[in-house]
Amino acid sequence: MALTTLAAIAIARSGDKGKGSNIGVMAKTPALYEFLRNTLTSDVVKNYFREICHGPVTRYEVPNLQSLNFILEDSLGGGGTETLITDAQGKVHGLGLLHLPLDVPDQLLAEASHG
Amino acid sequence: MSSDKIVRVANAQGFWGDSVLGPLRLVDEGPVDYLTFDYLAEITMSIMQKQKMKDPNMGYARDFVSMLEKILPTCKAKGIKVIANAGGVNPKACLSAIEAIMARAGITGMTLAVVEGDDILDRIDSLVAAGETFANLDDGQPLSTVRDRITSANVYIGAKPIVEALKLGADIIITGRASDPSLVLAPLIHEFGWSMEDYDKLAAGTIAGHIIECGPQCTGGNYSNWREVQDFGRIGYPIVEARADGSFVVTKHEGTGGLVSVETVTSQLLYELGDPRNYLGPDCIADFTTIHIEQQGKDRVAISRIRGRAPTPTYKVSMSYTNGFKILGTLCISGPDAVEKAHVMADMVWQRIAMHGYNIPEEDRFLELFGTNVLYKGLVPAPVQPSEIMMRIGARGQDRNALNVLGMELAPLITSGPPGVTGFAGGRPLATEVVGYWPALIDKEKVTTNVISKGH
Repeated sequence: MALTTLAAIAIARSGDKGKGSNIGVMAKTPALYEFLRNTLTSDVVKNYFREICHGPVTRYEVPNLQSLNFILEDSLGGGGTETLITDAQGKVHGLGLLHLPLDVPDQLLAEASHG
Repeated sequence: MSSDKIVRVANAQGFWGDSVLGPLRLVDEGPVDYLTFDYLAEITMSIMQKQKMKDPNMGYARDFVSMLEKILPTCKAKGIKVIANAGGVNPKACLSAIEAIMARAGITGMTLAVVEGDDILDRIDSLVAAGETFANLDDGQPLSTVRDRITSANVYIGAKPIVEALKLGADIIITGRASDPSLVLAPLIHEFGWSMEDYDKLAAGTIAGHIIECGPQCTGGNYSNWREVQDFGRIGYPIVEARADGSFVVTKHEGTGGLVSVETVTSQLLYELGDPRNYLGPDCIADFTTIHIEQQGKDRVAISRIRGRAPTPTYKVSMSYTNGFKILGTLCISGPDAVEKAHVMADMVWQRIAMHGYNIPEEDRFLELFGTNVLYKGLVPAPVQPSEIMMRIGARGQDRNALNVLGMELAPLITSGPPGVTGFAGGRPLATEVVGYWPALIDKEKVTTNVISKGH
């Protein structure tokens, strides 16, 4: 196992969904997708974003795209046009999630850097 | 029809304010059959409605018209068709403006068309009387809570009227609030003769539209592994090369910057995605879990096997309403104890608003100290003692005058407050109207679209 961050094994993009945001996470390899499917749960994301996301987090699996899609409800300080916060559309929530510390098995990590 | 036929649909503008270099380069740098332009976001319709109220000839994307003047000669020479939701809340005025520039430039032999019927602002009460509730799609609130403050109401219409316009021979099609992917789906339906009940094909065209609707966000822009991307300055705008069977290749013109890879395209597939099995559009429900994606050479990503289902019996409606005012000012605060000084200054502002005889309740006050980890709050450790921060101070409320006092009391902080304030160059901020967004549904039977076409 090696302690790294999600950035080492995945890419991400986020945007707004009403008063919430979505974060799409794509694993770098099929094996890493299975790893993330087991480790990157909606509870993990909700806990990590607890100071930003004030509603529930829902996770959808998109195995054909090696991806997970998270919906973070009430994560924009009120919503696109009404809030004064800088990231009113959750544009950087995806990069934020890539900072998540993760223990990744060495072999999976090696495959990611070769892939 | 030959199954080898390929139709090239490009996105030339991902949003209102995107670089005009997009369309200018697309018509020159390689083959393309259709240019699509996506101008409308939720808030845009309300801005345009305000412009139309001031001047009945306004209310559309004016920069679209000036851009069109530059590309029309090339479009005509090469037979490139233009589909744009630039009409905003006044597609007819947009059409007149285009006619004027064509007359001025002496361009003839092109057919223009306008798609109408998405704007239901004047019909809200009769539609409510006919049984439409327009309850808020997010929280279920009844329309009555905002009815008297509604400033725009538009239906996300589908590809069908755009296909009708293409059948009439239109070279330039202007729509109001057509759904973004339908701008791309429509020419594919038209070119390949797809049935409006062939939901797998409609889903393929819808997903093609979803991929390219934000311009270069699928060709390497805003991509988290950005070091893989070459030549951002000359990033290529996306092109879908579609075939009759619903398969397509996402690419960009040769020699342009950027990167089209499984990763850059998947990033955009995931953008603003909800439930991947149920991507709701006016023409079909697309299932993102059926997408087969693979790299097919440099800067070419092949997509196939997409499945879709029949659409819902409703269209989505986007309404906007006035919801009070807001103001936001910024000041740069530097030096030792910047954070502590910012809090002292914010307190001065609230105190001085009270001294002017106004009251802004605490829940309406806003303070964000940029540089103290406001974007990644709780995700990464905050800097302990930043030597420079940006104070973003503001408020919301119904009283515009009270908010404008906040704007007047920012610059005086430089001489009256703790030291280290600089960068107050933007002038005094003013309160602006807050536009609320009200998503709802409408029975499709209650919406009639109409195509007007004119030869020139």
